[in-house]
Amino acid sequence: MAHEVELHRRGFIVLAGAGLILGWAPAARASAPEAAAFTQTFLRIDTDGTVTVLAKHLDMGQGVWSGLASIVAEELDADWSQMKVEGAPAAPEYKNLVLGAQVTGGSTSIANSWTQLRTAGATARAMLIAAAAQRWKVPASAIVIKKGVVRDASGHQAGFGELAAAAAALPVPTEVKLKDPKDFVFLGKGFQRLDTAAKARGTALFGIDVRLPGMKIAVLARPPRFGGKLKTFDAAETRQVAGVTEVVQTPQGVAVIADNSWAAIKGRTALKLSWDDADAELRSSAAILETYKALAGTRGGMISLQRGDADQAMARAHRIVEADYAFPYLAHAPMETPTAVCRVTDGLCEIWGGIQSQTANQKAAAAILGLPIEKVLIHTLLAGGSFGRRATLDSDWIVELAEIVKATKAAYPVKLLRTREDDITGGYYRPMAYHRLRAGLTSGGEISGLTQTLVTQSILYGYPFGAEAPPKSDPTATEGNLVDRYDVDDATLRWIPGQAHVPITLYRSVGNTHTTFAKEVFMDELARAAGRDPLAFRLAHLGSRRRQAAVLKLAAEKFGWGGKPAPGRAWGMAVQEAFNTHVAQMVEVSVAGGEFRVERVVCAVDCGFALNPDNVAAQMEGGVGFGLSAALHGEITLSGGIPDQTNFDTYPILRMSETPRGIETYILNSGAPPTGVGEPGATPIAAAVANALSAATGTAFHQLPLKFPAA
Amino acid sequence: MPMALSINGQLHAVDAPADMPLLWALRDILGLTGTKYGCGVAQCGACTVSADGSPIRSCSVTLGDLADVKITTIEGLTGSTAKAVQDAWTALDVAQCGYCQSGQVMAATALLEATPKPTDDEIEAAMNGNLCRCATYVRIRAAIRAAAASLGAPHGA
Repeated sequence: MAHEVELHRRGFIVLAGAGLILGWAPAARASAPEAAAFTQTFLRIDTDGTVTVLAKHLDMGQGVWSGLASIVAEELDADWSQMKVEGAPAAPEYKNLVLGAQVTGGSTSIANSWTQLRTAGATARAMLIAAAAQRWKVPASAIVIKKGVVRDASGHQAGFGELAAAAAALPVPTEVKLKDPKDFVFLGKGFQRLDTAAKARGTALFGIDVRLPGMKIAVLARPPRFGGKLKTFDAAETRQVAGVTEVVQTPQGVAVIADNSWAAIKGRTALKLSWDDADAELRSSAAILETYKALAGTRGGMISLQRGDADQAMARAHRIVEADYAFPYLAHAPMETPTAVCRVTDGLCEIWGGIQSQTANQKAAAAILGLPIEKVLIHTLLAGGSFGRRATLDSDWIVELAEIVKATKAAYPVKLLRTREDDITGGYYRPMAYHRLRAGLTSGGEISGLTQTLVTQSILYGYPFGAEAPPKSDPTATEGNLVDRYDVDDATLRWIPGQAHVPITLYRSVGNTHTTFAKEVFMDELARAAGRDPLAFRLAHLGSRRRQAAVLKLAAEKFGWGGKPAPGRAWGMAVQEAFNTHVAQMVEVSVAGGEFRVERVVCAVDCGFALNPDNVAAQMEGGVGFGLSAALHGEITLSGGIPDQTNFDTYPILRMSETPRGIETYILNSGAPPTGVGEPGATPIAAAVANALSAATGTAFHQLPLKFPAA
Repeated sequence: MPMALSINGQLHAVDAPADMPLLWALRDILGLTGTKYGCGVAQCGACTVSADGSPIRSCSVTLGDLADVKITTIEGLTGSTAKAVQDAWTALDVAQCGYCQSGQVMAATALLEATPKPTDDEIEAAMNGNLCRCATYVRIRAAIRAAAASLGAPHGA
């Protein structure tokens, strides 16, 4: 198979040492290809001129592999057609400079790679020029590079491939000059993604597609309740299923191993299992939410943010507005379930998959398999979505795989297939959350005093990773809250950690998924109470937040806010700053016969300098769809601790017929350095839709998913 | 006993139980991994292949049901309609994660072969069973319209 050939080739890429040059593993070179002519930490140049960028980040759909390559291409003055990308190995020099480990998240990929990859491209460029200068015996200043062609004034000309080996032999310059952004010839103008043709032809390789000689497929029977443990199992019938080759117990459950996926799935169904639920979560999600609601009325937890005296300011207020907002657990449901392949040969472990937390995954596998960290090679492939699911802090999906490899004594390569049911019922959800907001209004319609109490599980410190009570505030729980995002002199944010033995994790835009809704729906409620236009009311409280105000104004101008919706139509808006990117969305909904549809979305975004405006638009379109999916459908409920939803029939996601026919994106280039677009676009839409529905019906919407018509 | 399956114009002898869904035979036995697993219960469309020209969910059709049926997968997709669809997909950068796109391209090709000039409502009706978690639906719609336009254009245009 072509894929196997490719994997063998990839298999020989080894950990880079502390130096600049990527090495090739002598032990694994039995049939290694020729080394590239020119290799640095972040790029290789082959003799045919191909420039391969080693991407330290995962492309899970956000287009970041192409984005990273575009930065190198600009400084290198390469032609886009000569650029390729592959996942970098797991190694210290590939750490995320913001997050401190090799991990993709927080919409940081481009921001933290910006200077690093510009420098890498400029360094390679300087070395190619030096090589050409030597060869042609001309000063370096006489040489220019344009679209991958190196030239001097006297008619010499060469491609990168011809100069690569000579360039590699030269000393690496310690200082290089980066371009002035006004001299960019490629970035900012728009380019096609490098992976798009392969994805249209079905040839893009995902972790679930990896096939190795002798590989077996495993599926894992896990406890039906979170925190449950295996009591007994009987695999007699399972072993009778044609194709099943082995059944092993692991710390996580019982793995059925077979020659193919179907045999493994059938074999698992035939298992007889009993579980010990002594430490399991037995409550329903409704019961858990009740405890959160009760907590919201207390002064427990901790004050995460405080300015002035909110209580005194509210005592002076003309009137008080209060509202509660409730949010369910959400499953990420990436189309490719998190599935990975592991092989151990001669003390060398290799893992293939859409790996999002290379450092953590590598450490976890090494610990389980009793190997030094450098003996675990991570092959990061394209991921069929993630939305945070692959970035679990405990590396759950890689731990499960490594434990199966350990239990089978690494006798063969194993693919641990996660079925959709495993995915939807398997936890690691966006946490449930409950907000209580209370604010005073002056007679002039200004906010006078504000308190926000937020009850939600801690992602960073809570179950299952550590202590029940987090030692300090957790931005993943509170980011994007109203106290932090609007100018209110007297305001208090209280965070009360909710407790549930339900594993949770990061989810596209994280805390902003619920804080934006509570913040922006409450702002509309305050505006209505104050008798003010929601745009004017927001702008009046965004004085110091000029970039948010600017995207709101741009969206309003493009949308035509200030006019009047047609009969049967209604408008709404919301704005958020998430991960240093600023997004405003305005929507038009149609309402008829107890149903509604989002007809039009105008999105204005300031993500600093936009490397590829079309990809920014794509991420805004996808973000709108992702957020709308949660607004219309997203909900995991538990009965007796067991998830009620199991597959797309019970956990529906957005369909084409529900997608607005018009989503317009306008980019406001503030001139700031680039910031991420993978997450921020998903945040405002739910609130914008709720606000439009409130405008249409006169009732407020206080929970997600939206219950329409409101009860 | 091996079964004879017609896949992409070739007969393959597949040694697998008759109750095995086509999806797993394609992916695990024949190595045709362009067809994707998404749900296993015909709810998402990621596994869409063509059976005698009609789109089917390969996760929910067993090998035993496929005697005398000609299967085409994304790897074997040919013809001017398929090319127009894939070219439009590429030109508009439809894919994000791309995992569902094999199924989307199969469904879109089947739509345009049956209905060369679909309306937006016809596009939605044909494509509504193909889920995309990245929500690339806006561009899928646009790419189908673009492909239809290119197929309808005068020769040489």
